[in-house]
Amino acid sequence: MSSTGVQQHLELKNVPQGLASLYSGNVRAVIGRGLLATRSSNWLVMMSGFFEPVLYLLSMGVGLGALVGSVPGPDGQPISYAAFIAPALLATSAMNGAVYDSTWNVFFKMNFAKLYQGMLYTSLGPLDVALGEIFLALLRGLMYATGFTAVLGIMGLLGSPSALLMVPASVFIAFGFASFGMGITSFMKTFQQMDWINFVMLPMFLFSATFYPLTVYPEPIQWFIQAMPLWHGVELLRELSVGAYSPAMLGHIAYYVVMIVLGLVLTTTRLRKLFLR
Amino acid sequence: MTDRKSSRTVLAVPQTPEESAAKARRYGSWYFAEHTFRVMRMYAVSVAMYSVGTPLAYLFAMGVGLAALIDANGAGRFGGVDYLTFLAPALVASAALMSATGEFMFPIMDGFKWRRTFFGPHASPLRPEQIANGHIIGVGIRILLPTAIYFVIVALFGAAPGVWAWLSIFTATLCALSFGLPLMAWVSTLTRDAGQFAVVQRFIVTPLFLFSGTFFPLDTLPFFLQWIGWISPLWHATEIGRVLSYGYAEPVWLSVLHVAYMGATAVAGWLLSQRIFRRRMGK
Amino acid sequence: MPLDSLSGSTPEYVISASNLTKKYGDFTAVDDISFDVPAGESFGLLGPNGAGKSTTMRMIGGVSQRTSGTLSIMGLDPEQHGPQVRAHLGVVPQQDNLDEELRVRDNLIVYGRYFGLPLSYLRPKADELLEFAQLTDKAGAKVDDLSGGMKRRLTIARSLVNEPRILLLDEPTTGLDPQARHILWDRLFRLKEAGTTLILTTHYMDEAEQLCDRLVVVDKGRIMAEGSPASLIRRYSTREVLELRFGSERNTTVAADLQGIGERTETLPDRVLIYAADGEAAMEQVSLRGLRPITSLIRRSSLEDVFLRLTGRSLID
Repeated sequence: MSSTGVQQHLELKNVPQGLASLYSGNVRAVIGRGLLATRSSNWLVMMSGFFEPVLYLLSMGVGLGALVGSVPGPDGQPISYAAFIAPALLATSAMNGAVYDSTWNVFFKMNFAKLYQGMLYTSLGPLDVALGEIFLALLRGLMYATGFTAVLGIMGLLGSPSALLMVPASVFIAFGFASFGMGITSFMKTFQQMDWINFVMLPMFLFSATFYPLTVYPEPIQWFIQAMPLWHGVELLRELSVGAYSPAMLGHIAYYVVMIVLGLVLTTTRLRKLFLR
Repeated sequence: MTDRKSSRTVLAVPQTPEESAAKARRYGSWYFAEHTFRVMRMYAVSVAMYSVGTPLAYLFAMGVGLAALIDANGAGRFGGVDYLTFLAPALVASAALMSATGEFMFPIMDGFKWRRTFFGPHASPLRPEQIANGHIIGVGIRILLPTAIYFVIVALFGAAPGVWAWLSIFTATLCALSFGLPLMAWVSTLTRDAGQFAVVQRFIVTPLFLFSGTFFPLDTLPFFLQWIGWISPLWHATEIGRVLSYGYAEPVWLSVLHVAYMGATAVAGWLLSQRIFRRRMGK
Repeated sequence: MPLDSLSGSTPEYVISASNLTKKYGDFTAVDDISFDVPAGESFGLLGPNGAGKSTTMRMIGGVSQRTSGTLSIMGLDPEQHGPQVRAHLGVVPQQDNLDEELRVRDNLIVYGRYFGLPLSYLRPKADELLEFAQLTDKAGAKVDDLSGGMKRRLTIARSLVNEPRILLLDEPTTGLDPQARHILWDRLFRLKEAGTTLILTTHYMDEAEQLCDRLVVVDKGRIMAEGSPASLIRRYSTREVLELRFGSERNTTVAADLQGIGERTETLPDRVLIYAADGEAAMEQVSLRGLRPITSLIRRSSLEDVFLRLTGRSLID
């Protein structure tokens, strides 16, 4: 135990005064750890996040699409059923991935793998860990979204060049869910409570105009669905997929901006409860 | 002798070790099934919630929402019934199959590796195959009940017109075992947890759910994909479910084949599980 | 900016706790405890499971929030300056929390990155620490494949990656076999010689006696006594102890017959302890009274006896 250079390396970055107890400005180390850990993870599992929406597209879009025929697109022009559900599947996959990474994954690493315990005994603060995990989740989301959009291109389901914007847009959607998810996990103590998350996600997936237009519902139910985050994600991507810009798109974007800000505020205020029990 | 006994415990054991052994020989599987139930009680609320919530969500979304779109465009493709009636038997069977997937993977890995819960009972008079049987009994009943609830909700939606429709509760449960027991046998051989379960969920269960003639008739698929249905217990359960539910027309030999296929795979998986349990715990 | 100027004047004590309290709902885990630890000292918290030792450790690291009281580590409040305080600390938690997704050497390097240390320092440092922990030939192994003792040594090596001035060790040898314990004690002793401040919780007497300059005995969240192991034994026990077993039925009834032998007797369910300066002499008196124990044993007093005296309970139930 002889080297003496260590103390001079241990300089801390200048961090905002109010966050000194939560943040050390070293998110990079958390991201580096995450990337190194993917080396030992199961590649099939990594790939499966990409395959799931593709399988749904093949089954529902192609198989069921043969029975449905064409449906009216966001700009009123008829589009194939596969082209109709593809953006919805992408939005759903962004939601599922982000929610899984920020809830179950965090819950497991916190309570079972005890990974964060080790991290938080270093000069890292909980905010470094939270931001690092969110970044990793979004990176994964970016990869899946790129792959899925490429598949859509190959299948000839991209109706407009603006459809490529679905990739950054789905990362944006994932950010909204991830920033909220971690805050929500801070309230969870048992597996049974974690189950409630899935219980909210399933109906959101099934009802947010994913597989059929919203107009099949009576008006009050339509309002309720329009208040849910996934519907805004589905609509945003659907409009981008055919290049149908409208003022409503600004509304969808604003919804997610607010969701991201509120989610980050919630997560930051709950960090002590989440990590420093 | 009596003196020594009283100094050891206050309450005397009401049977001799020989009686214990004899009882375990006869009822051991049920004793372990009791263990399985007691563990399940911990998440009974979740199970109950899902048993009611999942059918409602799927039936409203697919059976009512999606059906509005399909019945407007593709009517007449479902043997004269509406889309909801066509879809319902498939939803009941796939729900059973999905709960079986979880129950025959995680508790088995837990029993042999994570918390090694099978090795405690193994030190009692229970035999390894009784532990396997007990788990199967427990899970079988745990699947049968929510499947019955699912069916009742389907019936309330008016999507189970036939007199014999209720029998699909049992064919759906058989489907769960037909997929679950071979899965259990395979999981019993695993010594390392390397994410195989996520692979099973996403590369086997999801394709089965999507390509077993669930959402559309199997013959809508290109011919080279139809084999997925033929080997899928879910397709067999869905088809027999449709026969029972609304008298879907198919040759009798095919209906017999559906049940025989599911029965044979379930029994094969069961026997194999017993064997692997014996071998692994005998070590 | 070097850390010393951040923390102001060099504090007299590296750790200073006063009236520290931690409540979980109605349950008080740590109840109004105060202690100070000067630099370079090896300081122990001794007590049974659930005494509040681990909670105290977690508060020192700033990963658990205190309910009341003040705490200062290197002159800083860990709750306000968690990252800065922990930059000085090395922590060995009660249960190993190694990163199972990384290999052995990567565990050390990645952990060092959490302190913002550069790879040019960490690569050779990791090799040095592997050597120190006798794990050099396991550098590329999976954590899952290590034995319990190896994992423990890796956790300790990991805690040294930032050359901490203060090392917190929570039950460092619990669950290890005797040989592995001795290897660990040897390693910890070397750190102590190199001037590292050790804070150690344990419920093992021999461990406390081997490693601690000074310790506090904790029970139910309270400090019962404080001092060096030798002084605590002097103060709360006798030089020797005579242990007698009469069989579980007779231990309690025989106690009356032993009145007046030694300075004090303690009756436990399985044995009777007679505290005396001279164990041999006490044994002779027992024989003279015509009492024939099934077994008898004379031993030196230990911290176990101190604990029994202070709480009326045995340390390991």
